[in-house]
Amino acid sequence: MTTTPPEPVLSLEHAQKSFGAVHALEDGDIELFGGEVHGLVGENGAGKSTLVKILAGVHRFDAGRLVLDGEEAIFDNAKQSQAAGIAIIFQEPTLFPDLSVAENIFVGTQPLKRFRRIDGRRMRREAEGVFEQFGVRLDPDRLARGLSIADQQLVEIAKALTTNARVIVMDEPTAALATTEVERLFGIVETLRGRGNAVLFVSHRLDEIFAICQRVTVMRDGRHVLTKPVQELTLQSVIHAMVGRDMDALFPKVPAEPGRVVLKVDRLTREGVFTDISFDVRSGEIVALAGLVGAGRTEVARAIFGIDRWDAGSVQIDGKSLPPGSPTAAMAAGIGLVPEDRRQQGLVMDLSIERNIALASLDRVRRAGLIPRGAERRFAKDWALRLRLRYGKLTDPAWTLSGGNQQKAVLAKWLARQPTVLIVDEPTRGIDVATKAEVHRLLSELAAQGVAVLMISSELPEVLGMADRIVVLFEGQVMREFARAEASENAIMHAATGVVEEIA
Amino acid sequence: MTALAEDEKVVAPPASSHALAELLLRFRELGIVLALVLVVGATTIDNHLFLSVTSIQQLLSGASIIALLAIGETIVIVTRNVDLSIGSVLGITAYAVGVLYRDHPHTPLVVVFLVALGIGAACGIVNGVVVTVGRVPSLVVTLGTLYIIRGIDGAWAGGNQVNASMLPNSFNKIGYGTIAGIPYLGIIAIVAVGIATYTMRTFRTARDFYAIGSDPDAARLAGIPVGSRVFLAFVLSGGIAGLAGAVWLSYFGSVDAIAGVGYEFQVITAVVVGGVAIFGGSGTVLGAALGALLLNTINSALVVVNVSSFWSQALAGGLLVSAIAFDRLIAVRVAPALRTRRRARV
Repeated sequence: MTTTPPEPVLSLEHAQKSFGAVHALEDGDIELFGGEVHGLVGENGAGKSTLVKILAGVHRFDAGRLVLDGEEAIFDNAKQSQAAGIAIIFQEPTLFPDLSVAENIFVGTQPLKRFRRIDGRRMRREAEGVFEQFGVRLDPDRLARGLSIADQQLVEIAKALTTNARVIVMDEPTAALATTEVERLFGIVETLRGRGNAVLFVSHRLDEIFAICQRVTVMRDGRHVLTKPVQELTLQSVIHAMVGRDMDALFPKVPAEPGRVVLKVDRLTREGVFTDISFDVRSGEIVALAGLVGAGRTEVARAIFGIDRWDAGSVQIDGKSLPPGSPTAAMAAGIGLVPEDRRQQGLVMDLSIERNIALASLDRVRRAGLIPRGAERRFAKDWALRLRLRYGKLTDPAWTLSGGNQQKAVLAKWLARQPTVLIVDEPTRGIDVATKAEVHRLLSELAAQGVAVLMISSELPEVLGMADRIVVLFEGQVMREFARAEASENAIMHAATGVVEEIA
Repeated sequence: MTALAEDEKVVAPPASSHALAELLLRFRELGIVLALVLVVGATTIDNHLFLSVTSIQQLLSGASIIALLAIGETIVIVTRNVDLSIGSVLGITAYAVGVLYRDHPHTPLVVVFLVALGIGAACGIVNGVVVTVGRVPSLVVTLGTLYIIRGIDGAWAGGNQVNASMLPNSFNKIGYGTIAGIPYLGIIAIVAVGIATYTMRTFRTARDFYAIGSDPDAARLAGIPVGSRVFLAFVLSGGIAGLAGAVWLSYFGSVDAIAGVGYEFQVITAVVVGGVAIFGGSGTVLGAALGALLLNTINSALVVVNVSSFWSQALAGGLLVSAIAFDRLIAVRVAPALRTRRRARV
């Protein structure tokens, strides 16, 4: 705040945004200045993405104020945000694969010559000019299809410059880049800064934040925590600001004596996705897979369940190896998977609740190849009751359930198979507090009955409260494994952001 | 051709797998020409009359109507839609033009073509409105209008027929006349394809068609008026089918209620064989027209070498499937290269 010019190019004050009962953003504050790179950090769910989407015009805030060059602005759509000079570079840009690089840069703004014909030569020359400024080589005539993510981002940045954007927001731009590509991107960010653009750099990687940002804003639980020049911050102080919160008593894991090893994952590798993943889960144990979004947690779970094939390594259940790429074999071996996206992958939304619950257990309900309605209903009712599912009629379609009850229905579907291994991916995302506690109680009871539970969760308090052991992934590799006693939010966050050295 | 040569020079240096794929795609039109030469060459060895002037004239004229329809169909397919109604639109305008001449023999040529254009465009407007405002998939909408328009045509024409004797000579001449040995129909098609090819690569609106077909959501984000562009594509396709109806009548000389039945599938086959991606975003009018010429030439060649015309249908189908398989092959080849690149850091 000492070295900055007085007037911010863009400032967002006290922005709020909720989706139904979920408060994604409660107090979003950011001030961007020309010629400055501003870092934005926070845990998963801290509200960074919501803030970016408000700037992009994708979401409209419920309350708050957005000031651009001293004038108040409200965006109803992406077009207005672009027109106001804000450009967003998403982690994975959306280009037109069938158009050339130059056409992608100038879509809708192609330079024209006489009779409103597109001036292809000028378009190519200007595109080349932008790439030259960045010191990169990219053929403006080649199709966008097949461009690397880094080059796609480059095209988006070039687009931003040709439309004279002053504010450039980069949302996790380095998450999918290789090291050399990150260095190239840093060079480009420097160029942008030198031109007087304001850059908002959102990243999970703290080393990057310290490398290129002049100021840093930390968010937590949808709120602004601090904004400081980078010189006044240390790695520790940033991490502390990211996680500094009190534990609540929401997570009652009943201590259970771990039994034999049920699930053993050994040196599992899927080319370009995750590498050399090894861990095991014992009966009666809850093991958490922690890590940031994109660290490869869901991908590991999908591979274990056989949705994706693995390239090397093995998965064993009770000492017996599973064949790769076969969900049928995984289910037969006793694995259940409660996926992250219950609407897309967990439930058939238009099918009735009872059918959804019985769906994975049809072989148990079946009589002589037919499925008697009565038996199916009794079966579903039994499990709905055990999970205290709240519903109107069992014949109602699944979409009539609330989010939390949808999650319980998915759980019921898998518990009805009485699995020996249950994988749950973000089991409490987007559900209310009361149901959350019930889901936690359920998982805890299951473990007590001897089920081996593998839980993927982005909520650190949930991980710390529920898990007996914690495996932290970072960029597709196991960074560290913690026993419950030695884990803390700070330690997990360090591992999850790829910081190797130990702090007290 | 010079533009093509220029493109090659620029693309050649980065020799990765997708550059290769790109090269193959750009050579698509050349590939069709090559196939054409092959078919003509092989047939001529069997029967040298296949390369006679009359025979070539017939080949050109025969392909020209499908080529004209292919222009409109290409525009629609590029936007990730499809127009199945063009055969019916051609049929009803051909009949309308015939009736117009029967009742008013001295109608000027310009008026006749304007009427044909108007009827076709009106059908296109109906398609366009239902697709864009009603948000109904174009496959269903135009399948519906295919039958509706054919039904109206049938009710109107009944068992009647308009003959060449009821048509003025100036009109009939369009169908069989030549300039310097080149049939009028061929000239019309070549000029139309030339204009359309140039337009499709030179104007913003035309590039919007490609953007929409390439990624409709991204097009919306980029501020392209997706609805009105798709609407325009259908109106153009309808209008062109209307004009083609008038041309069709001049070529065949008589028209009844079944004119143009099944043309839509011949046209779509030609368009896809010509390298237009069936899910939109890429392909040229030139390629589609060459596809039409190739299919028509194969048809004639099979007749010349005494093969049953049923085989020509099977062959057209085979070409269609291999064209799509070819595109798929390229897509599959590019995909794994992308997956490993994404996380090269790990």
